[in-house]
Amino acid sequence: MSTNATHTAAESHDAHVHVHRDDYGAKMGMWLFLFTELLLFGGLFILYMAYRVEYIQQFQIAAKELKVYMGGVNTIILLTSSLTMVLSIVALQRKNVQASIFWLVTTIVFALGFMVVKYFEWSDKFHHGIYPKGPGLMDKSQGEIIFFGLYYTMTGLHGLHVIIGVGLLTAMLIQIKRNKVRPDRFVPLENAGLYWHLVDLIWIFLFPLFYLLH
Amino acid sequence: MADNAAVAGNGNYVDFYNYKGKYSGIAGWLLSVDHKRIGLMYLYSMVTFFLIGMTLGFFMRLELWSTGQDIMGPQTYNALFTLHGIIMIFLVIIPGIPAGFGNFFLPIQIGAEDVSFPKLNLTSWYLYTIGGLMAVVSLFVGGGPIDTGWTFYAPYSIRTGTEVILPLLAAFILGFSSILTGLNFVTTVHRLRAPGMSFFKMPLFVWSLYSTAWIQIIGTPVIGITIILVMLERAFGIGVFDPALGGDPILFQHLFWIYSHPAVYIMILPAMGVVSEIIPTFCRKTIFGYGAIAMSSLAIAFVGTLVWGHHMFTSGMSDEARWIYSFLTFIVALPSGVKIFNWVATMHKASIKPETPFLFVMAFIFLFSIGGLTGLVLGSLATDVHLHDTYFVVAHFHYVMFGGTIFIFFAGLHYWFPKMFGRMYNSKIANTALALMVVGFNMLYFTFFILGYLGMPRRYYDYLPEFQDLHRFATVGSWVMILGIIIMIVNLIVALRKGDKAPANPWGGMTLEWTVPSPPPLTNFTKIPTVKYGPYEYEHYEEVVNNEH
Repeated sequence: MSTNATHTAAESHDAHVHVHRDDYGAKMGMWLFLFTELLLFGGLFILYMAYRVEYIQQFQIAAKELKVYMGGVNTIILLTSSLTMVLSIVALQRKNVQASIFWLVTTIVFALGFMVVKYFEWSDKFHHGIYPKGPGLMDKSQGEIIFFGLYYTMTGLHGLHVIIGVGLLTAMLIQIKRNKVRPDRFVPLENAGLYWHLVDLIWIFLFPLFYLLH
Repeated sequence: MADNAAVAGNGNYVDFYNYKGKYSGIAGWLLSVDHKRIGLMYLYSMVTFFLIGMTLGFFMRLELWSTGQDIMGPQTYNALFTLHGIIMIFLVIIPGIPAGFGNFFLPIQIGAEDVSFPKLNLTSWYLYTIGGLMAVVSLFVGGGPIDTGWTFYAPYSIRTGTEVILPLLAAFILGFSSILTGLNFVTTVHRLRAPGMSFFKMPLFVWSLYSTAWIQIIGTPVIGITIILVMLERAFGIGVFDPALGGDPILFQHLFWIYSHPAVYIMILPAMGVVSEIIPTFCRKTIFGYGAIAMSSLAIAFVGTLVWGHHMFTSGMSDEARWIYSFLTFIVALPSGVKIFNWVATMHKASIKPETPFLFVMAFIFLFSIGGLTGLVLGSLATDVHLHDTYFVVAHFHYVMFGGTIFIFFAGLHYWFPKMFGRMYNSKIANTALALMVVGFNMLYFTFFILGYLGMPRRYYDYLPEFQDLHRFATVGSWVMILGIIIMIVNLIVALRKGDKAPANPWGGMTLEWTVPSPPPLTNFTKIPTVKYGPYEYEHYEEVVNNEH
């Protein structure tokens, strides 16, 4: 106790900044953040529901325009990437840094693959003039306009999350290489994994709502 | 604990101002992750923004001195009330007490060295600053200052030629800052309480911050997405709020108020927490109904998320929805009433020391009660239809937000000033300033109730001749109030430079911040305290306060 009292301020400051570590707290913060992400998308799901009730038939017509196989391929890609993400975390926990890096890179590749498919999907729609205020869309009924407005907003926001996820996972890759994230300090990677699962989870709802309900 | 007493008692410590870290000078503040420095940076920013917002209000009142155009045209007036609202709500009141006093005192009051995520805390401050700057920059770009009012209602916000996207982006970033502060506080309260401090031994200020942080987490993302949608609507025309493309602007109002009604509890709950700190300290008495006050914060946080529809009684909703929202609105009044009665009951048979912070609280109880009761008038369907969008609403809003939150922000400033800056202020001048503020406030805003009742609509730069006398009376009131505010701030600035040195515990408080020196050392405590008693158990006063940490 007396040693505590004679600590100089500088020592306690260092302690304060560097030594304090609370893995449980870090994860708790991440879960709270994910909760806010769910609510962010929640607003969009409410809008989707309200407009689906209002324009039920036009939504069904509009959904036929989307190519199920493209969405399906992307669903498989994202679900698999969640698995590789878990494999990366488990590998790090089991002190196998090389395997962890391998699975992390695989996850990033899958994420980029998702974006490539998305790119082709969107450019195909753009090619037919189906985009907000686009010539192909303005000919259609109001319900279809809203459907595609929501489609671009929701999948676009989701795509943005995928890109942020790629950035986050790349940052983790660098941290692992620099030995900042390591077998006795894997919570940052776990948190990045939690974020990645959320991205996956939201897609699991987006896919049926836009591609399958027609 | 004799060995600790030597450190804390006689000034043999380095306080957080004089501590030399990795950076010094201005960088020592801008790069500091110390919750106290971040809290003070928030406070300085907020007082600055408050003064800007107040100046805008001053000019609006000046324009209303007589009928017709006095000093500005309608478009300028529209921009002014919009900016006044955005600045006061998004930059002052919402972050006000939690980000300023909360950052400074939450860790100390629970016996922690800092918040859970200090770097994230600094990030939040930067987001806040960037958001504030973007709001200011937006005045000078594109089509000029935004004129939609702070509520950004669609479809006008989609159609107006003024710059909307940049201020909306600013609001989004401010919301993000608010979310990060919220999750930081929730984690801090769960993880960093000192040994012995159970949830029901936490000071009531901490309880209120905890409830507030939950609303920030639950509510803010919804306005985030709403703002994004308006931006996308303007930029690309996605159609969701645009009736021409099949969208429904009423849905915008729903999404907006799903956040913005709970947001008024983000604004008021921390203030209620400060009141619950000040009253026991100056009554030297345990607070009456600790559990009821703590739980009423959570009850307000919960029920407050279900009442947003009462902003939309005249917007177009089914009658069932309207009476349900009206009923729920009355329910929220209950936990607020629980608090008021418990505060007043605490004063019963207490030996009250009427120091400046306590007088501010008295003003608050008076003004907030008027604001709360007139809220019930607006919550009733029949009367709301008559009073909707009149000065009555403006008056109600200023009584609860200004008379409530801002008065308590000032009360907190006077209560914690000695602790934060280590100086005492001149309390006679402070009391005079308060008296001027209360008189001016009532001249200004009580007149609004009458104007609204007589049918004066809000947000108009002009009015019918019969309203002129009342408008002039209100404008004179605004001068008296502003004079009071200026005297108060000058008094505090003088105290910063010339005030007497403050002792560790000038008011006789019992929460943990009063057991550490003024201003506190960098890590708050030389030794993390062990908590044995509740925060206001004055029968153990000597033991708690002499047990220096």
